Amino acid sequence: MNGSTKIRIIAGRLMQALPSVFGIIVVTFLLTRALPGDPAVYFAGPAADEKSIQQVRESLGLDKSLPEQFLIYLGDLVQGDLGVSVSTGFPVAEELWRRLPASLELTLLALIFSISVAIPLGIAAATRPNTWVDQVCRLIVTAGVSLPVFFTGLFMVYIFYYILGVAPSPLGRLDIIYLSPPPVTNFYTIDALIAGDFELFFAALAQLALPAITLGTFTLAPLARMTRGAMLQVLSSDFIRTARASGLRRSTVLYTYAFRNALLPILTTLGMVFSFMLGSNVLVEKVFAWPGIGSFAIEALIVSDYVAVQGFVLAMAILYVLLNLTIDILYTLIDPRVGLDS
Amino acid sequence: MRRRDFIKTMGVAAGASAIPFLKFLPAEAAGRGDTLVVVTGNGPNSMDIQRKGTNRPSYQIAVNLYDRLVGYGTKTLEDGTMMYDYQTLEPELAESWEVAADGMSITFKIRKGATFWDGMPITAHDVKWSFDRAVSLGGFPTVQMKAGSLEKPEQFEAVDDSTFVIKLLRKSKLTLPDLGVPVPIIFNSKVAKANATADDPWATEYLHRTPAGGGAFMLERWDPGQQTVYKRYDDWKNGDLPGVKRVIIREVPSASTRRALLERGDADVSLDLPPKDFAELKKSGKFTINAAPIENSLAAIGLNLTFEPFKKKEVRQAIAYSVPYDQIFKQAAFERGIPMWGGKSFSPETIEWPQPFPYDTDYDKAKALLKEAGYADGFEVPLSFNLGLAQWSEPMCLLLQESLAKVGIKATIDKIPGANWRTAALVEKKLPMHIKNFGGWLNYPDYYSFWVYQKGRLFNSMNYHNEEVEKITDETLHLEVDHPDYEPNIKKLLSIFFDEVPLIPVYQPYLDVATQKSVTGYEYYFHRQLDCRSFKKATA
Repeated sequence: MNGSTKIRIIAGRLMQALPSVFGIIVVTFLLTRALPGDPAVYFAGPAADEKSIQQVRESLGLDKSLPEQFLIYLGDLVQGDLGVSVSTGFPVAEELWRRLPASLELTLLALIFSISVAIPLGIAAATRPNTWVDQVCRLIVTAGVSLPVFFTGLFMVYIFYYILGVAPSPLGRLDIIYLSPPPVTNFYTIDALIAGDFELFFAALAQLALPAITLGTFTLAPLARMTRGAMLQVLSSDFIRTARASGLRRSTVLYTYAFRNALLPILTTLGMVFSFMLGSNVLVEKVFAWPGIGSFAIEALIVSDYVAVQGFVLAMAILYVLLNLTIDILYTLIDPRVGLDS
Repeated sequence: MRRRDFIKTMGVAAGASAIPFLKFLPAEAAGRGDTLVVVTGNGPNSMDIQRKGTNRPSYQIAVNLYDRLVGYGTKTLEDGTMMYDYQTLEPELAESWEVAADGMSITFKIRKGATFWDGMPITAHDVKWSFDRAVSLGGFPTVQMKAGSLEKPEQFEAVDDSTFVIKLLRKSKLTLPDLGVPVPIIFNSKVAKANATADDPWATEYLHRTPAGGGAFMLERWDPGQQTVYKRYDDWKNGDLPGVKRVIIREVPSASTRRALLERGDADVSLDLPPKDFAELKKSGKFTINAAPIENSLAAIGLNLTFEPFKKKEVRQAIAYSVPYDQIFKQAAFERGIPMWGGKSFSPETIEWPQPFPYDTDYDKAKALLKEAGYADGFEVPLSFNLGLAQWSEPMCLLLQESLAKVGIKATIDKIPGANWRTAALVEKKLPMHIKNFGGWLNYPDYYSFWVYQKGRLFNSMNYHNEEVEKITDETLHLEVDHPDYEPNIKKLLSIFFDEVPLIPVYQPYLDVATQKSVTGYEYYFHRQLDCRSFKKATA
């Protein structure tokens, strides 16, 4: 497969995503309107009378019919305008740009932590099935998945911040004494490196550590279990027996042949885990005062801030489309038998 | 004491993008004597209190970054907590004021030498523009101005640079106090006008992101959803200069984390903790817990008169006799309030408000009243509360449910999400039995009655209607407190509240604020936001 066909296929895949994105737009639009609660009443404030509620309703454009509202929304979207969030008073695009990188940075680091713990655990368990190693692995991942995230989070804060005092104060992305680096990517660690400020880099990393570990612990289970399962399957297949019989070194058999072939299902799980983490780290955000996208969405939902909810869902949908595409491309790199055209 | 000062208005920007890169906040923040670190659950969503959709935490911007014409005095409670004194008005931007002989206008003298952050003098024209804006924008600011009978731009006149006149539509005791609430703030009208457009004549877009005023603090940094940083305006003339140079307000959504930050000494002030945490922190003795009863506010049970059984006064009284007051106060409120039950008589001796209602837990009396009303076998009723206030409302409902069962009333608990609460409880007024916590900004029983007991008012979620209440409220609302008609009328009004009990108060909640011992100068305000101007911090 040469480069240009690959690009064409990727473009094709992106085109295929358009109907689903449109579907998501329609569904979110209708769902937000179906929510109980009247945003005009809410945003009119504590001392509002009927007249001021009506004024707010008109200024939000909620006095128009649903199809009319939808057309206006679509028209704005085409121009790249996600609208202005009523609850925060800022354009939704600006809010997303401010908060999405915070969530992504946290999620990616959590994922790296999760992978670096879960995959060795899974491999160890698979090479020694039903021994004490396997049992310990099972215990760790079960504990990780059964403890609620807010509990793990508060527990970590209690031990490492409150009792031991080794972790920085759980005050979001940077401790009070630091100011954020000049924004390039809005990933504070990367921006700090770009600015060449290593102290700031380590400060940002220290703030990330506890929430990332909390979030990562929760996702150890699916990754470790999937690694173990896939490895067990591959290890019992014919080509591994042949390799072993040919006297290849144990590590070569394990990593070059077995692990590479077990990677496909692991990658699939990874994709699912990533999207799951991105959407579900609200509780971690709350505990660590992390200014991420999850708390933004929940707050918008609570106050029926339609525009913000729509923008959030749309951004997530696009992110998922891109994520799935990335995973598909990674498949072709790992296993040449997999085509993109399926 | 009032304190504020002024600052050079630089376009202090909203996002991180416009801020020059500084490695550290200059004063190295926490731990320093001149910097105050505050942790709170929610932060401001706008720099402009007069904008639509501005949330409650944004009121602190109006308080700390802007001036009003007048401010309030201070009084000290028995336990040492300071609170504002609604009976004393003090000069802020207005050096002095004078009510005309006929009582129909007030003339304010603007303070000489007072300047905005950009160094421009504050004039009566700025006041005029700002007041015009408040009454013209509609929504919350306009409604709040109207409470003080400030309704249209024609009422305001800038006679010259230092003389501002308000023409009154009617004599009202609420007009002057209403000038001290967070809404009628003074904008730098030149800056605002320069940023106004034809579509947006009041510069709402600009002022939403960028404050333009002359208050004691100026904005150093605002990262929405994360933090707000104030810097002292050292040329402020309208009060004593604030005791701290910088205030960092960090948003920390988890209450447990906020408590940990205070206990570890990383935060100087911790806000919005659950009553249980405040009770424990107070017990530990390591922190100062400032507790002021929230004025004109009641945690109460509302009985909707559209619900058949509640149409009978006996049934409402029976409910008032079956509330487990003491249990609720101890187990739901952790005693962070003032009891509002067990009053002595159905005819009030004073016009103090709020005061305990003459009810107590008495199941026999309740049963007798129910029998008299023809409900000896009880009835079923949904009991609703706002999920947003679940911390104290939920245990309150559970305790209430238990004791209502003792008199044969079966209450089913109905949890309503915060966003629906206003619609269901206040607009549609369809909840038969519900938990209320309304508090009025201006501290008068007639003002409470105006919002809660008068027919059709937003907070009359009980659908209560009584001709005498209507009449007395209308008559007393604008009447001066020392007017001879005031006291007998209010006594009559309170005796109706007692006897008819569409609203059963349980306690008057405290506003609790926990601070380090080194921090002094916290002062309670009706708007429940921190007035950072009065804070002082001892250097360690």
